[in-house]
Amino acid sequence: MTERMTILVCGGTGCIALESNEIIAALKEKLADVGLTEEIRIIRTGCFGFCGQGPIIKLQPDNITYVQVGVEDVNEIVDEHIVKGRIVERLLYVNPRTEELVKTSEEMDFYKKEYRIALRNLGLINPEDILEYIAMKGYEALAVCLNERTPEDVVQLIKDSKLRGRGGGGFSTGLKWELTAREESDEKYIICNADEGDPGAFMDRSILEGDPHSVLEAMAIGGYATGANIGIVYIRAEYPLAYKRLQIALSQAREYGFLGKNIFDSGFDFDVEIRLGAGAFVCGEETALINSVMGRRGEPTKKPPYPSVSGFRGKPTSVNNVETLANIVPILLNGPEWFSSIGTDTSKGTKVFALAGKINNVGLVEVPMGTTLREIIFDIGGGIIGGKEFKAVQTGGPSGGVITKEDLDTPIDYESLKAIGSMMGSGGMIVLDEDDDMVELAKFYLDFTQDESCGKCTPCRVGTKRLHEILDRLTRMEGSPEDLDLLEDLSYNIKYSALCGLGQTAPNPVLSTMKYFRSEYDAYAYRTKRIAFKIIEDKCIGCTKCARVCPVACIEGSPKRPHVIDEADCIACGACYDACPVDAIERP
Amino acid sequence: MAIKSLEELRELRKSLQNTLKQRESAVGQNDQIELLVGMGTCGIAAGARDTYQALMDVTHQRGLDNVRIISVGCIGSCTMEPTVEIHMPGREALIYGKITKKRVAQLVDDVLINNGYLDDNLLIKSFQKAVT
Repeated sequence: MTERMTILVCGGTGCIALESNEIIAALKEKLADVGLTEEIRIIRTGCFGFCGQGPIIKLQPDNITYVQVGVEDVNEIVDEHIVKGRIVERLLYVNPRTEELVKTSEEMDFYKKEYRIALRNLGLINPEDILEYIAMKGYEALAVCLNERTPEDVVQLIKDSKLRGRGGGGFSTGLKWELTAREESDEKYIICNADEGDPGAFMDRSILEGDPHSVLEAMAIGGYATGANIGIVYIRAEYPLAYKRLQIALSQAREYGFLGKNIFDSGFDFDVEIRLGAGAFVCGEETALINSVMGRRGEPTKKPPYPSVSGFRGKPTSVNNVETLANIVPILLNGPEWFSSIGTDTSKGTKVFALAGKINNVGLVEVPMGTTLREIIFDIGGGIIGGKEFKAVQTGGPSGGVITKEDLDTPIDYESLKAIGSMMGSGGMIVLDEDDDMVELAKFYLDFTQDESCGKCTPCRVGTKRLHEILDRLTRMEGSPEDLDLLEDLSYNIKYSALCGLGQTAPNPVLSTMKYFRSEYDAYAYRTKRIAFKIIEDKCIGCTKCARVCPVACIEGSPKRPHVIDEADCIACGACYDACPVDAIERP
Repeated sequence: MAIKSLEELRELRKSLQNTLKQRESAVGQNDQIELLVGMGTCGIAAGARDTYQALMDVTHQRGLDNVRIISVGCIGSCTMEPTVEIHMPGREALIYGKITKKRVAQLVDDVLINNGYLDDNLLIKSFQKAVT
């Protein structure tokens, strides 16, 4: 039979810790008492996300959400709400701003934390069917621009919206278009930069896979605004699905006349071609990208001249990131005032972040600028895996830095992140917990940048290699205190003398981790860091389990007697730690 | 079929309204059931292709002829892939996570046929979106 009501009880880790399982048991018992077992269904759901108000219970179809429910509240919920149909007001959420009672989750500010503009159609429309995009007002912004607005109007609208580049730099998109539009030239180009390479970032891929038409439409609008008739999507070869969906979208857009000659009878011609990148991180830098599109080595060139003056084939070119382009259509449909009403003073709109690392809800989130890291990591991201201690979050990829506990409440925008020594970058966030070693982290990023350095300028080619060598020496416990001064000195030298953004920002992970976690560097430099596991004699029961799993056989001892780890031979693999039944082993 | 004016485009959109009305309002209206399968790279890596195939097979076996299965992009809940969002007439849209092909038959029976829920796989969708 079909139940008349469903009770959704949050079964996320946070709510289980607050006894949501006991609440479910109590509900079942109470419902049996009043004879409603057949009519009411209880479901334990995944995390509702609003863990600070847990345990949370939602009653359907009434769409009423109760917060901070305790086992003792169960009787009242059943007697009042379920039997008599009266809402239990004292368990409703109170809006902290207005002090009003909130009945549904949709009205809670918390659930407004995520705001999807760039990701608006993801998970909603079929990306391989242009009709579904059209049903979402697709290509109307283009039609309106071509027929009712001048290119100058379009540039002005984007400038008014205060949209800034989402690829990392944060340069004003409207200004970028204006600089290209201003140049006199027989040919101009607009390039979509889909060479997403920051470790941990995947929003551009998801947008191209889930809503490719919004990027194509924005490119056509950008082409009209800047005077370009050819658009190029430069996409990494590692994104085969995004490439395929883009190709399908291209052919459908051409079929409907949204790309090609005389679009919407306006006399404007525009078409898009796709170029596959060969997988070099530096090609995300716009001048290197343009070189690569032209078939040259993917190396950056000196700016100025900027691509807006001399870019692809020496012609004015505007290079825009995927996420930036995905914001264009909503801005034009809803007006620049709408867009600039979201966000902070200097950074408008939203930003997509890719959550990765030691976080429960790995995935993509889009939040208004000005949201704090705490909200992103703990409320939306569900906190740290296994309830461990939060240590830091790495933002901005290999060009960024770490943000520690002290700065968790900083509202995020381009400027505030720079002020605390990191950067927005493309929006990758790698969450680190208490077990992570910050020197190893810096080494990982330097390994990445020295590998990806194109080799054109000396500071980057040789400098990052040397940085990596020093870090490697330190982590092998072969370094010295002087190495730390050298590390810092070299970092600043590279920062101020490298040719392009990749080199200039490559030392950031080192400088930032040194600033916040100096003691970890000292432990390596003074060789005081303990790297071996240790057995606590009093606790060891001599079960021999650790000795049996040790891969390097460095644990000695006879059965029923305390065992000992030979610290010189220990490789800190942790096998003994996991095997010990009585927690007698200490981590280093 | 090239479209040459804004009016033509709006006309076309109007004719498509019914297909997306249900999905936008997130409450099922007509008697069509829509299953949105997350088919981004993360979804496919987690087995969404098999899920998609199994959904087709199982709904066919059960004789459900009012079901449309649609592949969509990633909703961002990559840890819970493969995800299936279900739109049914008169019911609030809900997303189910970790629907591997083994869970498909139960999903179809419990949710589509018996009009219930699939415990432990229910996800809560919690965001605002730009209305265009």
